[in-house]
Amino acid sequence: MSNPTNLQYTKEHEWVLVEGDVATIGITAYAAEKLGDVVFVDLPKVGTSTTYMKICGEIESTKSVGELYAPLDGEVVEINDTVVSAPETVNTDPFGAGWLIKVRFTSLPELMTAEEYSALTGEG
Amino acid sequence: MPQTPLHAEHARLGANFTDFGGWDMPVRYSSDLAEHLAVRESAGLFDISHMAEIFISGPQAASFLDYALVGQASGIANGKAKYSLICNAQGNIIDDLIVYRLAEDQYLVIANAGNRHAVVEALNERATSQGFQDVADRSDEFALLAIQGPTATSILQTLTDADLSALPYYSIGTGNVSGVSSYLCRTGYTGEDGFEILFPADRTVEVFNALIQAGATPCGLASRDTLRLEAGMPLYGHELSLEINPYQAGLGRVVKLDRDEDFVGKSALAALSSQTPDKQLVGLIGEGKRAARAEYSLYSSVDSTEPIGEITSGALSPTLGYPVAMAYVATASSEVGNIVSVDIRGTRSEMTVVKLPFYKRSK
Repeated sequence: MSNPTNLQYTKEHEWVLVEGDVATIGITAYAAEKLGDVVFVDLPKVGTSTTYMKICGEIESTKSVGELYAPLDGEVVEINDTVVSAPETVNTDPFGAGWLIKVRFTSLPELMTAEEYSALTGEG
Repeated sequence: MPQTPLHAEHARLGANFTDFGGWDMPVRYSSDLAEHLAVRESAGLFDISHMAEIFISGPQAASFLDYALVGQASGIANGKAKYSLICNAQGNIIDDLIVYRLAEDQYLVIANAGNRHAVVEALNERATSQGFQDVADRSDEFALLAIQGPTATSILQTLTDADLSALPYYSIGTGNVSGVSSYLCRTGYTGEDGFEILFPADRTVEVFNALIQAGATPCGLASRDTLRLEAGMPLYGHELSLEINPYQAGLGRVVKLDRDEDFVGKSALAALSSQTPDKQLVGLIGEGKRAARAEYSLYSSVDSTEPIGEITSGALSPTLGYPVAMAYVATASSEVGNIVSVDIRGTRSEMTVVKLPFYKRSK
């Protein structure tokens, strides 16, 4: 799956969609594919503050545990209840219905473009 | 890294690969849950050509294996198989094996890929000490495929001239599969009925594709691991190792001490069998969806900080829907029904000791 160009990326395989001062965050198709079938997601509670590149959640597959790194400083304003009740959504639609959290950010760090991220994962 | 003859086929089918026992093996093709379910509900096909095939032949084959392994190979009838262990002189486990008696004077020993050289080396040393000649590591000549699941036998039957109903569980016969002369072993590592098919490696691609065409779903090692875990079967490097003896692993039944002949590890194992093991392999089940995984520490209670054991394998069981694990636990805490506390990445969770296996197929 190609990485959407309207998103920004981290080296920990998160994608970020910036809309105003809120960022929607998920994991990339590449990360979901590497994890295998996602069976459990542990997301931060609404109101939790996030710190750039600090672990804020976990995504578990049958075989392994992936950590969710906060791509920016801010506060969690919404979590995706769909992926909590149906974790496989992370595999079926990682860049869409499989989003994980929304964060109101205080500053926006420099993230990767789709092209840079594709180069990192060798997809480009 | 070594590859099986099917590597290109796996790649063509979209497999992700992983290092297993030093081999580049398919971990999953698309979904490990779907592959797991295929084996529980219909039939899955595994490439296990990385495993080692060692042939032991000649008039002394039976007595040699009686000396080399902890089980009694001479007691296996022609055409039957037995699970066994090869131990060192201290009674610790070098590998777990399946021993097939092909004929009065010929055995096939199947060992784990990662232990191939350790097993061959141990067998050769033991052969030298016994003046035995005929240990042949023929792993590179053979492909091994496992077809497993409730419809495995009927699918295989469409491709073979052998009467599979004449081959009960833990037996071995011969026949053509898709025109390729094969050994047909009614054994497996999933908790389901099925066969392991051994045949010349140069025919691997055609037999593999014929089995898929006939209805088997290709399955990777991720599903193989959750299947064997649900079935309570040990995996070398997790439940078994050179630090573990058969009594700790719950495999005392495999060790045949009550026989006249000597075997490697006999005196150590006799001593161990008369003691209560310090720790024992147990099954654990939990609640919720967070799996307790390999190497997580176990405690006697939520407040305790003194470990009483460690998880060796663990997953959210795809079939059962709750976390299952195998673990070594201090014998005092190993009784069925006992509740232990597991540290899941900094958070404690309760698990209950249960009898293995977690999953048993309905016959």
